[in-house]
Amino acid sequence: MIFQSTEHYILSPELALAVNAAVTLEKPLLIKGEPGTGKTRLAEELAASLGTDLINWQIKSTSKAQQGLYEYDAVSRLRDGQLGSERVANISNYIKPGKLWTAFTAAKRPVLLIDEIDKADIEFPNDLLHELDRMSFDVYETGERISAQQRPIVVITSNNEKELPDAFLRRCFFHYIRFPDKDTLTQIVLAHFPTLQADLLTAALEVFFDLRAVDALKKKPSTSELLDWLKLLLAEQIAPSVLQDKQHQGGLMPLYGALLKNEQDVALLEKLAFMARRAGR
Amino acid sequence: MWLCWKNWPLWPVALAVDMLISFFLTLRKYGLKSSITELLDLLKALQQQLIFASMDDFYLLARLCLVKDESQYDKFDRAFAEYFDGVESLDLAALIPEHWLLPGLIRQLSEEDKAKLASLGGLEQLLEQFKQRLKEQQEKHAGGNKWIGTGGSSPFGAYGFHPEGIRVGQQGTGQRRAVKVWDQRDFKDFDQNAELNHRAMQLALRQLRRFARTGQATELDLNGTIKATAQQAGWLDLQFQPERHNAVKVLMFFDIGGSMDDYIHECEQLFAAARTEFKHLEFFYFHNCPYEQVWRTHQRRAADAVSITQLLQTYHSDYKVIFVGDATMGPYEITYPGGSVEHFNPESGEVWLKRLLAHFPNAVWLNPQPQAWWSHYHSIAILQKLMQNQMYGMTLDGLSGAIRNLSKRH
Repeated sequence: MIFQSTEHYILSPELALAVNAAVTLEKPLLIKGEPGTGKTRLAEELAASLGTDLINWQIKSTSKAQQGLYEYDAVSRLRDGQLGSERVANISNYIKPGKLWTAFTAAKRPVLLIDEIDKADIEFPNDLLHELDRMSFDVYETGERISAQQRPIVVITSNNEKELPDAFLRRCFFHYIRFPDKDTLTQIVLAHFPTLQADLLTAALEVFFDLRAVDALKKKPSTSELLDWLKLLLAEQIAPSVLQDKQHQGGLMPLYGALLKNEQDVALLEKLAFMARRAGR
Repeated sequence: MWLCWKNWPLWPVALAVDMLISFFLTLRKYGLKSSITELLDLLKALQQQLIFASMDDFYLLARLCLVKDESQYDKFDRAFAEYFDGVESLDLAALIPEHWLLPGLIRQLSEEDKAKLASLGGLEQLLEQFKQRLKEQQEKHAGGNKWIGTGGSSPFGAYGFHPEGIRVGQQGTGQRRAVKVWDQRDFKDFDQNAELNHRAMQLALRQLRRFARTGQATELDLNGTIKATAQQAGWLDLQFQPERHNAVKVLMFFDIGGSMDDYIHECEQLFAAARTEFKHLEFFYFHNCPYEQVWRTHQRRAADAVSITQLLQTYHSDYKVIFVGDATMGPYEITYPGGSVEHFNPESGEVWLKRLLAHFPNAVWLNPQPQAWWSHYHSIAILQKLMQNQMYGMTLDGLSGAIRNLSKRH
């Protein structure tokens, strides 16, 4: 096994197999899952455990595939031409390598994270097909061919905002990170808060899973929200008994702002608690 | 065996290949679109000995290589179960989730049928009854004497379902097992859905492009720079221009409520795809046929109403117009003043539609009703004529055709 759970990062066996397969077979690994289930974290931890660099290419709606390869800075070359600079004779002075180029030429096999690929234009993945497949591309300005010294480990994340093209998917391994079950979540929490009291953890997890069970929520809280909330609970020194009191603050858990990110969800929860109170009477 | 012995590191693979190929074919049978490249990937992974004789690990590895979307995981699970646990007879009736069936079923029914259905206690109850009977039928099939719908008293054959739909209780096809027809039907349904997904829609809408440069000048204008520099006798004069983007202007009119409830999913997809694709896009809503006013929100409150007269003044005729509606209504709702089912309209829908079309010559109508059914509705024929045959089905072909037509004309 190349990559396993570390002290601070709990890896499910499924995901471990996926990562190891991708590393061994030198294929890009496409990771999907609810926001906050540690997709980006995975690449960071993988790079740390392999002792190599993480090259993070954050995709935005304006990102172009070409930017990942290189950019030709024509404007500064024109300026230098006016000023009679020496550099102007050599075009390669004005070619700025992108993330993919950096990853291809790194001394040690790096981890390349293409984060949130679904944010980009719909043609973006198609434009990268050949580069990811052959791990090489041409620089037209200089006629140079850049090919990977060794194939970087490519991790791609997606939040499912757009569907990815089939041809692109065929070239990747795909893994969907499922929301962790109670046992795994306990492990994850303990990895972050080793000194957490057992009763507080049980009470907090109970509240958390009850909350996730509410179907109508617009945004269900995920692992990262749970960790933030626990941090706050510890800082405020909230007792487990407060968590068990279902009618606290009209049915809202203490410090609910860390778990619920939508005012409609807050209102919904208050309403549910109100109805529970009425039914109990 | 002699040959195998020579290349001995390969022979376990050769054994596995046979097994894997039939497994792969089982997957394809279940409707997974795994390709040969992906199968080769799986073989490579096995060759690398990433896993050791563990069924659970093999399951994970196969899924990793062969399935590329979490919505397909369920199909994979079922295929896997069939291949490795032997052919398990699954309870198909229980296996098909209700939400697949309901919209599909409702779509198959005409207004008259829906009324009839209500008298039988609603669709849920009917479906329940149907499942019950399906179960019974599986058990008694050996006897071969009880069929859904052939008794003449059964409600299931009486509805004139679409021939490609759930063919239950067709007289004279006593040899066909109903379970199989179920099976075929739901995969078909699934595939059709898959064809017109968000991405496909977006790609189709994409053809409607009019590139223009507006906004802030951020891009280097190479030609302009060369020209300006030459004019300055070689002294560099940089010129910038705004970035190119899609400047096509679109108005969309959605029919909502009533018979359109069956197509909510399709409309939502179209809505989402259009929203991300066009910058100049306005949405309006109407019910059955546009009259003197339309609404900005789908709740259609009085405060959101926009009169057509105002709309014609606001939007220039270079806007392209897309109507989305099933065009299924009483003919009088289009042709007569006062024909609207909701209010008294002083002028007929036809008059208003003609005004809209006169102002916006670039208009198409997308109809989510299956095209084969159009001829059954007089109202569709009327609208088709009003639209000068610019009515298209809401399939991939239809959408592409509509968009091609919109982009052809200026």
